[in-house]
Amino acid sequence: MYVADSRGTAAPDAARSPRSGRRSVLAPSAVAPTVLALGTVSLVTDVSSEMVAAVLPLYLVAGLGLSPLGFGLLDGIYNGVSALVRLVGGHLADRGGRHKTVAALGYGMSAACKPLLLVVGSLPLIGMVLAADRTGKGLRTAPRDALISLSCEPADRGRAFGVHRAMDTAGALLGPLVAFAILRATVDGYDAVFLVAFCIAVLGLLVLLLFVPARPVPLPAQASRPSLRAAVALLRRTDVRRLAGCALLLGLATVSDSFVYLLLQRRLGVADRWFALLPLGTASAFLLLAIPLGRLADRIGRQRVFLGGHFALLVAYVSLLSGADAAWLPCVVLTLHGCFYAATDGVLMAAAAEVVPAELRGSGLALVQTGQALARFVCSIAFGAAWTAFGDRTALTSAAVALTVCATGALLLRPVAERSP
Amino acid sequence: MTLRRKLSVLAAAITVLAVIAVAAVLHAVHRTDRKNRPRPGGPAVAAGPVSLGTTAEPLLMFRNLAWGPHRDELATVRAADPDGARTASGVKCLRFHAAAGTGICLRAEHGTLRENYRAVVLDAGLHERATYALPGIPSRARVSPSGALVAWTVFVGGDSYAGADFSTRTGILDLRDGKLITSLEDFTVIRDGADRSAPADANFWGVTFADDRVFYATMATGGHTHLVRGDLRERTVTSVHTNVECPSLSPDGATIVYKKRVEGASADAPWRLYALDPRSMAETALAESRSVDDQVVWSDPHTVVYALPGDYGADLYALPADGSGAPRRLTTAAVAPAYLG
Repeated sequence: MYVADSRGTAAPDAARSPRSGRRSVLAPSAVAPTVLALGTVSLVTDVSSEMVAAVLPLYLVAGLGLSPLGFGLLDGIYNGVSALVRLVGGHLADRGGRHKTVAALGYGMSAACKPLLLVVGSLPLIGMVLAADRTGKGLRTAPRDALISLSCEPADRGRAFGVHRAMDTAGALLGPLVAFAILRATVDGYDAVFLVAFCIAVLGLLVLLLFVPARPVPLPAQASRPSLRAAVALLRRTDVRRLAGCALLLGLATVSDSFVYLLLQRRLGVADRWFALLPLGTASAFLLLAIPLGRLADRIGRQRVFLGGHFALLVAYVSLLSGADAAWLPCVVLTLHGCFYAATDGVLMAAAAEVVPAELRGSGLALVQTGQALARFVCSIAFGAAWTAFGDRTALTSAAVALTVCATGALLLRPVAERSP
Repeated sequence: MTLRRKLSVLAAAITVLAVIAVAAVLHAVHRTDRKNRPRPGGPAVAAGPVSLGTTAEPLLMFRNLAWGPHRDELATVRAADPDGARTASGVKCLRFHAAAGTGICLRAEHGTLRENYRAVVLDAGLHERATYALPGIPSRARVSPSGALVAWTVFVGGDSYAGADFSTRTGILDLRDGKLITSLEDFTVIRDGADRSAPADANFWGVTFADDRVFYATMATGGHTHLVRGDLRERTVTSVHTNVECPSLSPDGATIVYKKRVEGASADAPWRLYALDPRSMAETALAESRSVDDQVVWSDPHTVVYALPGDYGADLYALPADGSGAPRRLTTAAVAPAYLG
C-alpha cells in the first residue's frame, strides 16, 4: 500500500531523490507518489470490477436463468454515449481544476453499481446498471490520466503511465481469482461476490480521496480559462491536431480484441477450451511490458514507441494470416497484442500531455482518447462487414494493408517535434 | 490531514469493509448448509437406481432443483405422476437431454481462474462415455431421436465489463465416429436461394434433430433470428423462416414449436411460444400468455413441456401444441426435462 504522500501538494521535483538529477537506466528516479496512489486506486478498482465481470455471465445464465444474447445491441448504442461522457468528464475536470472531484464521482458511481446488481433481476435493468457503471468509468478516465500527467516530471511521463497501466492490469488479473475463490467456498454466492466487490470499490475510492492531492501543480497564473471554447480551440493547435490525427488514423486500422481472439481460433486453430483464456495472454504481456516500454518511450520518443506498438500489431496480423500450424504461434500473437497495448495505451497519453497545456489537460486527453476510440469502433464495423462479404482472410489482409498505409501516413504527420529527453 | 490521520482513517475503513465482506461470504456459506437440507413441503427426493434404458413405464427425467442433499442431480419421476416422489441419480448437470439410451449432460466445475464447463455424454447406465471441454456457459442440449448425435449451445464472452457482448457456440457430436463439429459458422448459408459463407456476426443456437442428418436451429445475424434447416452431409444451413428461437421438432416431424419475439411485449419478457407447420408455413400462437425462455420438449405428438421461473428456480409446465387449452403445471423445482421410455 502506498503511504508516502505526506506533503499533499508536493511539487513533482520534491519526489525525486537528490542524486537522480542526471538519470541513468540503472538508477531511475522514484515514481511520483501521486502516480503510485492513482495506480493503487486503479488496481483496487479493477479487482472489484473484474470480480463482477468474471461472474456476471454465469450469474445471468445460471443464477437468474436469463438469455444474455440481446446485450450486443445495447453495447453498440452505448459506445457513442461512452465517448461523449469521456469528453464531458475531461471538460468538467478542467473547469476549476476539479480533476480529483470528477474522478471521485466516476469511481463512486461505479462502486454504487455493484450492490445494485443484486437487486435488479431483469436484463433491461441490469443493462442500465452496467451502463451507469460504464458512465462512471468514462467520467473518471480523462481526469485520472490528467492527474497522472500533472503529477510527474514531463520527462518521466511515459514511465508514470506505464506504472499506472501495469498496476491497473494487475488488478484486472487478480479480480477473477478472488471471485472464483468466493464462488468455490459457497453455493450460488453471487451476492457475496457483488458485496465484496462493492467493499473493494469503496476502498479504492477512499485511497483516491485520502492520498491523491486535489491539485498536483499550481496552474500558471496567466493560463487561459478552461472554457468549452478553449477546449474546442485545442484542435486549432497544429501539434494537437497532428497527434489526434495520428491516433485516429491508426485507430482506423486497429481490429478489436474480440476479432483478434476469433481469428486466433479460426486461423491458428486454438482449441475452444482455451478461448476464454486468450484475453489473459494479452493482459499478461501488457502487464509485463507496460513499464519497460513506457521508459523506452521517455528515452527514444513517445511517437516512435507508439508507432512501434502498431508495428507489433501488424506483425500479429501477418502471423494470423500465415495460418501456420505451430503451437507457439498463438503465444507469439498474444505477446505481440499485449506489446501493442503496452506501447500505445499509456504512451499515447504521455505524448498527448506533451502537446496539451496543463489547464486544458483533461479535455485534451479526452479528445485524443475519444478520437481513437471512435476510429476503432468504425474499424470494427468495417472489419465485420468485410468478413461477412469476403471472408476472414480478405478482411484481415485489408486490415494489414490499411495499418501499413495509416502507419505511413502517421509517420508523415510527425505529430510531435521529438524532444531529446 | 496529516499522514498519520489519513492512515488511521484508512485502517478504520479497511476494518469496517473487511467485516462487511467477511459477513457477506459467511452468509453465503451458511446458505449452502440451508440449501442442502430439504425444505418442508418440497418434493420428496430419495437416491435410487436411475437408467436411461427402456423402462416398464414412461419416465420424466430432469435436473432436480428442490433443496436438500440431491439438489441439482438428475432425477426421475413417473411420467403419469410428475409431481410424485423423485428418484435421484447422483449425477449433477446444469443442462440435460436424453433419447434412445444416450444422455448429454452439460456441467460446470469451479476452477481457479474461471469456471470450467464440460459436455459429458452418458450411456444408458449414466456412466460417462466421453467428455468435451466447453468454451462457455451451458445453455441448450439435445440428443437426436436415434441417440447417435448430440448437440449443445453455450454462451461465450461478456468477459470484459465494458463489453458485455455475448455470442453463442454450438457443437454437434457424432457418437458413431466421434467427429465433432465445433462451429456451425463454417457451414454454407443458403438464404433467398443464394449460397454464401456465414456472416461474421452469425450466431447459432438451439439445435433440434429430425434424424441423423437433418436438424433445425436458430441462426442470428444482423439483429434478426432465422429458423434454419441444417444438413450435416452437405454442410449447409438453409433459412426457412424468421423470428424463431430455440426450435423443437415434434416426434412425428409435423410441427416445430419455438419461442418468438412478439411486438408490444416488454423487453423483460419478449418471447411467446408459437407452433409452425414446416410444410404450409402456417404459424399458430400457443395458449401460454407468459414469456417462455426455454427450448421445449415433447411429451407426446400433441403436447410440449417447458420450464418457467418458479420459487425454487424453475417449474415445469405442459401445454397443447395446437393453440388450444391452457398451461398445466407438472411439478415444481425442476428444469431441463427429457422423456424416457
